[in-house]
Amino acid sequence: MTTKDTDFAIDGHGDISVGVHGAGASGDGSASATRITPGNALRPEDIALEISRGQVKPSEDVAEFALRIGDDGLILAQRLGHWISRAPELEEDIALGNIALDQLGHARSFLTYAGAAWGKSEDDLAYFRREHEFRSAHLFEQPNGDFAVTIARQFIVSFYQFELYTKLMESTDATLAAISAKAVKEVDYHRDHSAQWVLRLAGGTDESRDRIIQGFKLVWPYVDELFEDDELTTRLAEAGVTVQPSSLREEFDHLTGGIMAQAELDIPGVPQSLGGGRRGKHSEFLGYILAEMQVLAREHPGASW
Amino acid sequence: MASQNLQSVPAELSPEEQEREAAGQAYFDRIISEDSRIEPRDWMPAAYRKTLLRQISQHAHSEIIGMQPEANWITRAPSLKRKSILMAKVQDEAGHGLYLYSAAETLGQSRDQMMEDLIAGKARYSSIFNYPTISWADMGAIGWLVDGAAICNQVPLCRASYGPYGRAMVRICKEESFHQRQGFEILLELSNGTPAQKQMAQDAVNRWYAPSLMMFGPPDDDSPNSKQSMAWNIKRFSNDELRSRFVGMMVEQVRVLGLTLPDKDVRFNEETKKWEHGPLDWNEFKEVLAGRGPCNSQRVERRREAHENGAWVREAAVAYARKQAQKENAA
Amino acid sequence: MAPHGNPEAPGSAASEINREAPKVAATTEEHQESPWSLWEVFVRSSRGLSHVHAGSLHAPDAAMALRNARDLYTRRNEGVSIWVVPAEAISSSDPDSKGSFFESPQGKDYRHATYYTKSEGVKHL
Repeated sequence: MTTKDTDFAIDGHGDISVGVHGAGASGDGSASATRITPGNALRPEDIALEISRGQVKPSEDVAEFALRIGDDGLILAQRLGHWISRAPELEEDIALGNIALDQLGHARSFLTYAGAAWGKSEDDLAYFRREHEFRSAHLFEQPNGDFAVTIARQFIVSFYQFELYTKLMESTDATLAAISAKAVKEVDYHRDHSAQWVLRLAGGTDESRDRIIQGFKLVWPYVDELFEDDELTTRLAEAGVTVQPSSLREEFDHLTGGIMAQAELDIPGVPQSLGGGRRGKHSEFLGYILAEMQVLAREHPGASW
Repeated sequence: MASQNLQSVPAELSPEEQEREAAGQAYFDRIISEDSRIEPRDWMPAAYRKTLLRQISQHAHSEIIGMQPEANWITRAPSLKRKSILMAKVQDEAGHGLYLYSAAETLGQSRDQMMEDLIAGKARYSSIFNYPTISWADMGAIGWLVDGAAICNQVPLCRASYGPYGRAMVRICKEESFHQRQGFEILLELSNGTPAQKQMAQDAVNRWYAPSLMMFGPPDDDSPNSKQSMAWNIKRFSNDELRSRFVGMMVEQVRVLGLTLPDKDVRFNEETKKWEHGPLDWNEFKEVLAGRGPCNSQRVERRREAHENGAWVREAAVAYARKQAQKENAA
Repeated sequence: MAPHGNPEAPGSAASEINREAPKVAATTEEHQESPWSLWEVFVRSSRGLSHVHAGSLHAPDAAMALRNARDLYTRRNEGVSIWVVPAEAISSSDPDSKGSFFESPQGKDYRHATYYTKSEGVKHL
């Protein structure tokens, strides 16, 4: 190859994306494998823009619901973010990072939308609410534990979220439907990722099998809470905004049961926790999560970053 | 096989082998003089292989260790947008480490071995990552100064004579183009923010400026290997040359930021047409390199911990794959 | 064999190259753990184009290799399809014979349209 393909200036990064284009050692062919684009999907910024133009505004009920699922994603992303630079293998650092980024993306969209009901931004909601104002379910705040606990938690989360987002795509609320249409594809991959690991840990070594069994035992008490109906979901189900969480349970049980059976794992016979996250009653963990997440923002109220 | 070759220098070469060596050297020399690329299975001088292996693996280690100072702020990022950006950036660094380890592997060293060397404290990585990130503004300063310096270093490496290294660098440079910009934006936002935020930004620039200049390596007259690396087209510009260019860029950019560089001696030398900077504390550089930086042991320990805590997971996956293969064979 | 079957690492024929790569074989025996094997990744950037080598990665099996490749090599929409191939499954031409192996096509310019100059200017040819 000739050097001119790669002979770009070094005065600033602005030239790199142009200069490197077509710079693969085997000519244009290899460049095609490194061609990058931002893609085209609904982003939190797009929702914020629609809100600022007055094009969308959720009802109080819809906002309250968006807050729930937004908080789920936010708290989980906060947990998963801790794994980056600590994963069992570098490839897994990247995989967990992708899942965390997906969850954070969903959270930002849902929170941005929810905030529109109260004139608040995603950051107002994330950084300036107190524990009892968060609406995430207990499962999402469970500690990472070892890799098996993280995988067990992710397995439950992603099968639950897949069912929920699939149904939300049909929502009478166009914004919830649009966010879910993007999210469902990403969560589908999370299902696959966690299922692959459940199979490997369960069918790997004695140690890994013990650990995944223990992992499921630790997180399974928080399954029922995900599928609890309450007054809000009843009203929203009647309005066609969402479905009753309880209606998602059968498919969840069916699909997770299939993987668990394949992995020769029993559904843990552990008592179900009372939950209460949707009403702002949380475990001891959330306080610490928020303390860490909010510390800097609260040190500089009103600042922009 | 390899075990017979443990002695690094062949005791004696048969005439036939000597001839092959000479032919290999001649072919290698021609490729280099044509500014073409050496590929993994080509004959190459032992010293060339060794130099590359050292450089690429150090580069890979730097990416992996370099994840830590920034990962330190992921959970505390002050806005959700910044949290996403930082997460994506640290994740990219894992990716860059992987690209580079792959390139190094083509030289015959396994990634596993390189990782062992790193956690045993036997391998080097960029010593700048042994400084702590004590404020959010450090995320800005690392992006702007550290990644800025890295990009200056790396863009010419896209043309490194070793094919896999150059290809890895092409991919890395493309992905890094966002890293420096996001750092610049963090600082700009802080600089235009409250007095406390601006102070935070200036403090971070003050701390990261000199270490980022030292990332280009020792001064040319104290860099004995540079000449050979340049002759091999592994290195395209000298340390001082790149450092000077970098200073020039920073002088301009720092004005846009509304901040100052902690260096009263920065000036453009009209005679040499080069940017000059104040004296750097090379003694501190050597101290940190020798393991006496504020975070050396912490960084290596974290990597060791992650690697060792992950061992059972990696083993499980291998065991599962083996069992599945056996099942398929039996079927 | 080359360490981890890396197709780009020297094969046993290249004895002069192997001499520099002994550490791997010497130390892997000390490891309790068998590392994830090396895979080569090929990415199709869009429909209608062929898969192109993007790089390599480590994975315990093909299923995970595909997933790792997705996470590592298509984070920025680089592809619509991925192939992963165990590195050790790739055979490559002998670097020492590059002269003779690729000599034959040299000089056979009659295989190229540019060789035929008399038809220049004739339409649709």
